[in-house]
Amino acid sequence: MSEIKLEHLVKKYGDGFAAVNDVSLDIRDGEFMILVGPSGCGKSTLLRMVVGLEDITSGDLHINGERVNDKAPRDRNLAMVFQNYALYPHLSVYENIAFPLRLQRSRHPEPEIDEMVRRAAGLLELEEHLERKPANLSGGQRQRVAMGRALVRDADAFLFDEPLSNLDAKLRGQMRTEIARIQRRLGTTTIYVTHDQTEAMTLGDRVAVLRRGILQQCASPRELYEQPVNLFVAGFIGSPPMNFLPGRVEGDVLHLPIGDVPLPEAARAAATGHDLLIAGIRPELFEDASVLDRSRQAGGVLVDLDIDVTEWLGNELYAYVPYEPDPAVRAKLDELDRDLDGEGMRTQLVVSLDAQSRVRDGDRARLWFDPARMHLFDPESGVTLTRDEEVAARLDAENEDLRQGSLERARRAADRAVPA
Amino acid sequence: MDRQLSTRAKVGWALGGLAILVYALFPVAWIVSLSLKAPSDLSNQQFLPTRFSLENYREIFTGNASELFLSALRNSVGICLIATFISVVLAMFAAYAIARLEFPGKRLILSTALAVAIFPVISIVTPLFNLWRQIGLYDTWPGLIIPYLSLTLPISIWTLSAFFREIPWEMEQAAQVDGATNWQAFRKVIVPLAAPGVFTTAIISFFIAWNDFVYGISLTSTERARPVPAALAFFTGSSQFELPTGAISAAAVIVTIPVVVLILLFQRRIVAGLTNGAVKG
Amino acid sequence: MSSTTLAPGEQERARTASGRRPGLTDRAKAERRLGWMLAGPAFAVMLLVTAYPILQAVYESLFDFRLTDPDNRSFTGLTNYWVILTDWIWWRSLLVTLLITVVTVAVELVLGFGLALVMHRALTTLRPIIRTAILIPYAIITVVSAFAWQYAFALDTGFVNPWLNLGAFNWFGSFSPSIVVICLSEIWKTTPFISLLLLAGLAQVSEDLQEAAKVDGATWWERLRKVTIPNMKAAIMVALLFRTLDAFRVFDNIFIMTNGANGTESVSFLAYRQTISRLEIGLGSAVSVLLFLCVVLISALFIKGFKVDLSQARGEK
Repeated sequence: MSEIKLEHLVKKYGDGFAAVNDVSLDIRDGEFMILVGPSGCGKSTLLRMVVGLEDITSGDLHINGERVNDKAPRDRNLAMVFQNYALYPHLSVYENIAFPLRLQRSRHPEPEIDEMVRRAAGLLELEEHLERKPANLSGGQRQRVAMGRALVRDADAFLFDEPLSNLDAKLRGQMRTEIARIQRRLGTTTIYVTHDQTEAMTLGDRVAVLRRGILQQCASPRELYEQPVNLFVAGFIGSPPMNFLPGRVEGDVLHLPIGDVPLPEAARAAATGHDLLIAGIRPELFEDASVLDRSRQAGGVLVDLDIDVTEWLGNELYAYVPYEPDPAVRAKLDELDRDLDGEGMRTQLVVSLDAQSRVRDGDRARLWFDPARMHLFDPESGVTLTRDEEVAARLDAENEDLRQGSLERARRAADRAVPA
Repeated sequence: MDRQLSTRAKVGWALGGLAILVYALFPVAWIVSLSLKAPSDLSNQQFLPTRFSLENYREIFTGNASELFLSALRNSVGICLIATFISVVLAMFAAYAIARLEFPGKRLILSTALAVAIFPVISIVTPLFNLWRQIGLYDTWPGLIIPYLSLTLPISIWTLSAFFREIPWEMEQAAQVDGATNWQAFRKVIVPLAAPGVFTTAIISFFIAWNDFVYGISLTSTERARPVPAALAFFTGSSQFELPTGAISAAAVIVTIPVVVLILLFQRRIVAGLTNGAVKG
Repeated sequence: MSSTTLAPGEQERARTASGRRPGLTDRAKAERRLGWMLAGPAFAVMLLVTAYPILQAVYESLFDFRLTDPDNRSFTGLTNYWVILTDWIWWRSLLVTLLITVVTVAVELVLGFGLALVMHRALTTLRPIIRTAILIPYAIITVVSAFAWQYAFALDTGFVNPWLNLGAFNWFGSFSPSIVVICLSEIWKTTPFISLLLLAGLAQVSEDLQEAAKVDGATWWERLRKVTIPNMKAAIMVALLFRTLDAFRVFDNIFIMTNGANGTESVSFLAYRQTISRLEIGLGSAVSVLLFLCVVLISALFIKGFKVDLSQARGEK
């Protein structure tokens, strides 16, 4: 049972560079919190501040209500899985897992250590490898040993620093599920650092998005996806990423490079006072009009576009439409691209269509989308103009209810398992 | 076709390997064979003895040459071990600092070690010869241990720095998160990782000190401190008409034994120690 | 174009990766102090055992000073150097040293490369055996090697003359054959070290490059010349530098085998003879200083002339 509270945490280096700048987070008991952002956003530094490997320049860190700023890592009772696993090369898998137990001051008797190691190894399916040295293990096995070392002790929280980034795609998917399963089962508070938005979305109860040391938004995956607070979060969450199109407002009409779109009812108030906006449309909002139900077409608009390249993936089809961006917003979009670790490639619209679509390279295709689900951003500040706080709050509350429910279930299951 | 070629190539490389074995072991086999020849057999002008005898070994262990040889052996072992120990301890601190800490002068220390390593020994021995006589270090153990440091310290610093650079130091942090104190992290994680490097460095250092001849012959005059290589040059036959060849060969074999034993036990590590600093830097 | 955003990112990564916290001035200062406290003793000892003696030698080389006649010590300036540099004995010993150096290093480089190639390609089962065998010459005492080779070629004990049907040819009776045997012993003992360095260099040339060259149609020889050797140039140059300087100090073999007879005296041997045997401290010191200058000159030649990257190199005998 543990809560971790970050209050205005700052990490400044001697040259004045703030790697972490005034981050406040309230991580609830049993919660799976993700810290996500592009490289250099300060997420790893923040995690290392929590575990005690980096000094805290200012701000307070509380674990279970106790201020731990000045405590050594070993006194914080947190377990961490390092990016490169940090397995002790001279110790066997067994001894690696037993290592933290042997260090604990209330010494465990040997049979107890053995039992705990074997239980952790069983949980991670490492039983056959206990006598091997880390050098003789595959990447996935090493990863599991690192996790074993973390969960063998009764730590207050698990911290993960990009634990899957050294694995290949398939294994990454498997381990991701495994981590989720173990965390749900143990119900241990977890902080997980990643740069991969898929990991963030699938694992997290809540996700904290960081950019250049500053917390942008901390919310449930669903809220991040549907109600992002700004351009950065909107662009970071979702794959393929959201399309950002410059739009000029003229009365109730928004002129986009792909065509004119009527401003939806809800967006009109947000658009007032702006000549120029950035419209964000997720690729999956588009549909191929030729395979779309007539009945659905009513609510949306139709645009005719020249398709440059298509990629058929079996379950869906990506189509790319290059366009020239408005010079007035170009700088803002370029900056956003850099923040998102982009390569400054051509500006193009990405649409994700139904796999039934017969659109091919070079076609002129008629696409449909619903402007009501379009996001509008202030081109200067990047703030989302169409964000609905009410909806966001509802999503948040729903998410917390669901989380509590599943945590409850997991704990009841664990209680049942113990007497049996 | 391809398979045939590769078998032929395999045989070729195997023959090459055999040639290396002969190359490396032939002179050693010769000196061993020589040491086993009876005195009358020494000049038989053949590779192998016609009559085996342990006479030469008796000569250096219990006979006339024993006084010279046994004291030299004692000196060599003592002086080399002490010099190796001192240089490895000093180098351990230096290499830790070089591999682990950020401070100006790192390169200076490594360059100095390099310069000292290529320094002509004779240029050191001349002034030391004079100085040692004045301050009474001539023909003493410390009188050899100190100059031996000029041989062993630079190589120890380079080899150990190379080893220490490869230690995953973030392990220390992992151990701290796992609940270790600084001291526990050092003792349980770093020491086991560093020990093989330190050990290998000690072996290489020892080889170099063991091999010294210039200091040994220049800075000693009696059995008090003269090491084996120098003593070999002073062997004489048991009588005026008898050659010291047999005794020298036997003594040469004896001082080669520890070297061979160390190589047999640790060849892998020694090769790593000799080369990993040189290529990776 | 992405420099503004990438730079802090890289900074952060560098910081977290090394676990260091630069910029915290107190910490950095403490680290500096600790660094010098740990490395200082070793550094001081190295200076003490080399810099001090060489300065002492420079000082003593300016005097006319015989240990047997200490009362007549007198300052003579550069006279000792003049005496040496106008004497044929110095030039002869220098030439002998250069001859031995050039011959042994050249042979060792070729032979060592051959050994390295064999070890590189040898079956994995054979490799440990070869490695063990090759370490023996490296680690054996030079004096022992000298005796072994001397006895093999000697008139009375040697088997070489009967094997080569040379009758009573005295290998140590004249200059050339003596040098041959001295070089043989040197080469035998030190080739393994070169070959190990070259082997490490070979291991750094990636197999992919070899395969790419094969696909591009290069023969075995072309691959060796155009792919392998250029890619291990650093290792070759380092091995060459160390062996050259090492060979230039040749002493042990000459002492044991000929004791400088028949004009086989090297520079090191000359310095030894002046100081230790003849107790001519002044003259001997001057020879030592000259030898030192030769070594400095050779190093400078290598580093400037061949652009040997010394950061890749390591002190090694």
